[in-house]
Amino acid sequence: MAGDVEIREVAMTLHAQLPALQIVVPFMTAPLIVFFGKRETAWWLAFLSCSVSLVISYLLLMQVIGGGFISYQMGGWAPPLGIEYRIDAANGLILFLISLVATITMPFAYRSIQAEITRSHTLFYACLMLCFTGLMGMVITGDAFNVFVFLEVSSLSTYVLVAMGAERDKRALTAAFDYLILGTIGATFFVIGIGFLYMATGTLNMADLADRIQGQESSRTVRAGFAFIVVGLGLKAAMVPLHLWLPRAYTYAPSAVTVFLAATATKASIYVMLRFMFSVYQPEFVFHTNVLQILFIPLALLAMFGGSFVAVFQTDMKRMLAYSSIGQIGYMLLGIAMLNQSGVSATMVHMFNHGITKAVLFMGVGAFVLRAGSSFYDNIGGLGRKMPVTGAVIVIGGLSLIGIPGTAGFVSKWLLVQAAFENDMWPIALLIVLSSLLAVIYVWRVFEVIYLQAPNEWSEASDPPMTMLVPMIILAVACVYFGIFTDLSLGAAGTAAEALLNGSFGMAEPSLDTSALPLDVPHGAGDAGADATGGDH
Amino acid sequence: MARAMRARMQPGETTDMETFTAIILSMVIPLVAMFASMALPKQDNLRDGITFVCAVATFAVVLVILSNVGGGSTAAVELIEVLPGVSLAFNVEPLGLMFALIASGLWILTHIYGVGYMRGNNEKNHARFFACFSAAISGVMGIAFSANMFTLFLFYEFLTVSTYPLVAHKGTPEAVSGARTYLSILMGTSIALLLTAVIWTYALTGTLDFTKGGIMQGKASGWIVPVLLGLYAFGIGKAALMPFHRWLPAAMVAPTPVSALLHAVAVVKAGVFTMLKVGVYIFGIDFLAETGASEWLMWLAAYSIIAASVVAMCQDNLKKRLAYSTVSQLSYITLGVALATDMGALGGGMHIAMHAMGKITLFMCAGSIYVAYHRTEVSQLSGLGRAMPITFAAFCIGAISIIGLPPMGGSWSKFLLMVGAVDAGQQLMIVVLMASSLLNVAYLMPIVAKGFFMAGDDKVPTGFAEAPLFCWLPPAITAFGCLVLFVFAGEIQTFLAGMVN
Amino acid sequence: MIWDVEFILGHMNYWLFIVLMMVGFYIVVAKGNLLKKIVGLNIFQVAVFMLYISVGKITGGTAPIFPADLTGHIEYDPSILYSNPLPHVLILTAIVVGVATTSLGLALIVRIREGFDSIEEDELVEIERAMMIADNAEHGSSMGGRA
Repeated sequence: MAGDVEIREVAMTLHAQLPALQIVVPFMTAPLIVFFGKRETAWWLAFLSCSVSLVISYLLLMQVIGGGFISYQMGGWAPPLGIEYRIDAANGLILFLISLVATITMPFAYRSIQAEITRSHTLFYACLMLCFTGLMGMVITGDAFNVFVFLEVSSLSTYVLVAMGAERDKRALTAAFDYLILGTIGATFFVIGIGFLYMATGTLNMADLADRIQGQESSRTVRAGFAFIVVGLGLKAAMVPLHLWLPRAYTYAPSAVTVFLAATATKASIYVMLRFMFSVYQPEFVFHTNVLQILFIPLALLAMFGGSFVAVFQTDMKRMLAYSSIGQIGYMLLGIAMLNQSGVSATMVHMFNHGITKAVLFMGVGAFVLRAGSSFYDNIGGLGRKMPVTGAVIVIGGLSLIGIPGTAGFVSKWLLVQAAFENDMWPIALLIVLSSLLAVIYVWRVFEVIYLQAPNEWSEASDPPMTMLVPMIILAVACVYFGIFTDLSLGAAGTAAEALLNGSFGMAEPSLDTSALPLDVPHGAGDAGADATGGDH
Repeated sequence: MARAMRARMQPGETTDMETFTAIILSMVIPLVAMFASMALPKQDNLRDGITFVCAVATFAVVLVILSNVGGGSTAAVELIEVLPGVSLAFNVEPLGLMFALIASGLWILTHIYGVGYMRGNNEKNHARFFACFSAAISGVMGIAFSANMFTLFLFYEFLTVSTYPLVAHKGTPEAVSGARTYLSILMGTSIALLLTAVIWTYALTGTLDFTKGGIMQGKASGWIVPVLLGLYAFGIGKAALMPFHRWLPAAMVAPTPVSALLHAVAVVKAGVFTMLKVGVYIFGIDFLAETGASEWLMWLAAYSIIAASVVAMCQDNLKKRLAYSTVSQLSYITLGVALATDMGALGGGMHIAMHAMGKITLFMCAGSIYVAYHRTEVSQLSGLGRAMPITFAAFCIGAISIIGLPPMGGSWSKFLLMVGAVDAGQQLMIVVLMASSLLNVAYLMPIVAKGFFMAGDDKVPTGFAEAPLFCWLPPAITAFGCLVLFVFAGEIQTFLAGMVN
Repeated sequence: MIWDVEFILGHMNYWLFIVLMMVGFYIVVAKGNLLKKIVGLNIFQVAVFMLYISVGKITGGTAPIFPADLTGHIEYDPSILYSNPLPHVLILTAIVVGVATTSLGLALIVRIREGFDSIEEDELVEIERAMMIADNAEHGSSMGGRA
């Protein structure tokens, strides 16, 4: 009996600590990997830690999918002074996406990395875990400055990961360097924005910020802060015209890295942007409305058409997919710019669906690189017939990228167009579908190349090993699954959009039962602490 | 799935388990044939045998539905709610049932013909060919039994994707570029226009269910109605309404069985079937008549009828000529919708059956000629009729049905369309239909005449030298079918009447 | 507009911040040498650190250290004016991040020098353009000559 109680208590404690474990587990894995220093051990540790993260994120998502949020105080320090982790349906979904993609990428990475990188595999996995931690941290944290820290954790490790492609093409180095310069400028802009907000409000907790911004909407400091934050995050999210780093970084990074980044990195940034726009700054913030409507819609349209148009003329499948990502980010920004629940929930769904779709396609590219040595169209000609499973997976991913009904991409396109109609923006609805015609062109070129071109005589290609094949198949099935069974993605996105648009929950009591949380004073200490952080000088 | 398989009951409509199972089976059995074809790339006889059994089984399943439901319609059964208020749902109603019957019945014949053609012609990649073919049939069944526009759209795109490899089958540059045209027009129109129309409809009405009398009444008015109808009419590229008809001649690079079943029956009929469904169950015939929104479509359809017939006259390639003839004939059905009268819609519905039977005969004859003598141009056909009397007799019967002369089935649907034109007070449309018949005579009959009465070149044998049995038997059967349809036209009309009142 | 000297002098820290930031930004954008870019990036970041630190300073404030007795009891004297420690703490983190960025950037420069034999941006661009042209010449045929 006593043992039972003990186990239950341990389980309860663990359950209460889930938000912290979500970050701590992958974070601690990185030094562990370096400590053990063996290639196989490194992979197993990384895979295990990703799987644990996936389970944790699923448990967290299930707690918040119906609404409400979990507030967790790091180290027991009460917000707004202490760092708060706050999980609601919106970031629950993104956390789930990131850890899902990471877990599925791991088995794929094992062979792919062996083929593309000859040394420092343990450091590679350590960097991947750091990048993963950074992305998860950006999304989970409720503290504005903590976002910056995690942003930099993920960025710094991303630069390293991109540069690791240098063995195949030395341009990976300059791509990483350019990304480093731009990424640092973006992150610094973000810090400036946070600094302005801190000056105006004297707090860094997002929920607290939201409360204190009310009534200061016309303050120039607050407005400038908004601009800096949007630009900073826009750079990380590769929003046109701040997208220049993306095609090169994606093209020259090792395939597994591209899979992971394309599916997660930009999504995490867009989520943080959404959170600042709607939860920290209220949707009624007039200046903000203007910025979104006047600035974001043209930029989003430019991305949709420009990105897709450039993608049509590429000779390298990997590069083509990178440009396509720029176009797809345009769709997400368009959903945000609609400034209402249907638009934001379309963006959330598209982030999720596009994440898995792009992961599938980049994995297909990785398989081609493994077998044909590169992903240039003339090298992969006819490979669809020699590698039937890879070909089929790419077809499913491609159809989802176009948005053929029955695939995940269709669901998000439908929601976006519907949102446009609901807002009486029917010219924009028309532009969305027209731009997806460009997707038909660039996707169909791939199909023609891999099926209708004659294969190179010398290539004795066959499907990649199981460790690469299984992740591809899982994601391809997911592309179809989320195109038909939309309960999870739509449900979470709807709740998420509602949570985001209703602004923050303020510093109020969380709506979930927090009795299991570590400290008995979850909130309320905020006001007392905030006084000490006055911003006057 | 708590809400899976929830039947939405309407008064007097139910779906019993057997019918529902049959609907699902009609889509699953062709998929079984597809997987069997993919799994057996080497065992030709076994593979083609399995597909044949599956084709017969599909037809039998549709017959079960017919015997259960008759001319009535059943409630929609929701399988999965994909988006809020938009679900994957199936039901049976007369028009769809007729379409399913035609497609599954002709699949059996086309499969036999296809086996003969592919082997007689030494085509490559049989397994891929028959796999895609079966997949396309599955898509057609899905279209036929869709209970809402969303489900229909899903299978519509599935059909496009699954037929693309068939068009590109030969892999030659012409085949690739033809397939590119095929895909870009079909997918382009459906994504850019049809999808917009569907989502717009949903935004306006909050539903996409096919409902008797339409769902637009009171939800849309003014300029929106004709614009929306235009998005549908052009968005349904498979209906080959001018100016989006070019994919059909381009698709003629495909092997002839594909042209016969898919581009004379399944794919194009899926297009006009969707037009009819949209006209009857989304807009509603009465609503279209009240608003007059479809008048422009009627004129466009009339133009399409005449213009495509004229173009057909100028084609020397036999299959291209037949393709343009199809473009013209499909516009009959669009015209039937645009007339916005019950008779017009009925005539359009019946024309689906009549034209299918006639045109598949013509295409299979064209394929037989190709298999036997590798002739593709009309000008090369002189004297062939005496060598291939069965093929040319079947061609003649099919041609008469297309022209619309008794005693062939085509005469009835044309008659009903004319009645519909009178009901709508559009006497000019009668002139259009008559003129089209004359043009049909002008481009189809010379082929028969050339074959039978003109002297052939020295390569044409003087004695009886038909194509292989598997190539001439199916067109002979369908030619006979044209005759049968003439006799049973009354039954078809009563059967279809359930869709309008 | 009237030049309000008091306004300008009162916001001295901001002016310095803006000047320093722009100097750094200019170096990053205008200088072709990758090392100089990293230097510029550092100046740019330091400007932001300055902004934070100056914001935390309260005129006349002293270091925010509360004396504690042997039992650990903290003596808080409300009459003493303390500076705000939080921005300083934050910037401590940011400095660490900046150092990491710098070291990574320098490491990349070493590798670039090994790979390209140059750390001048214009030369690198030239080399990469040549590589791109070579790629297109080799693989452009799949575009049907449209590359």
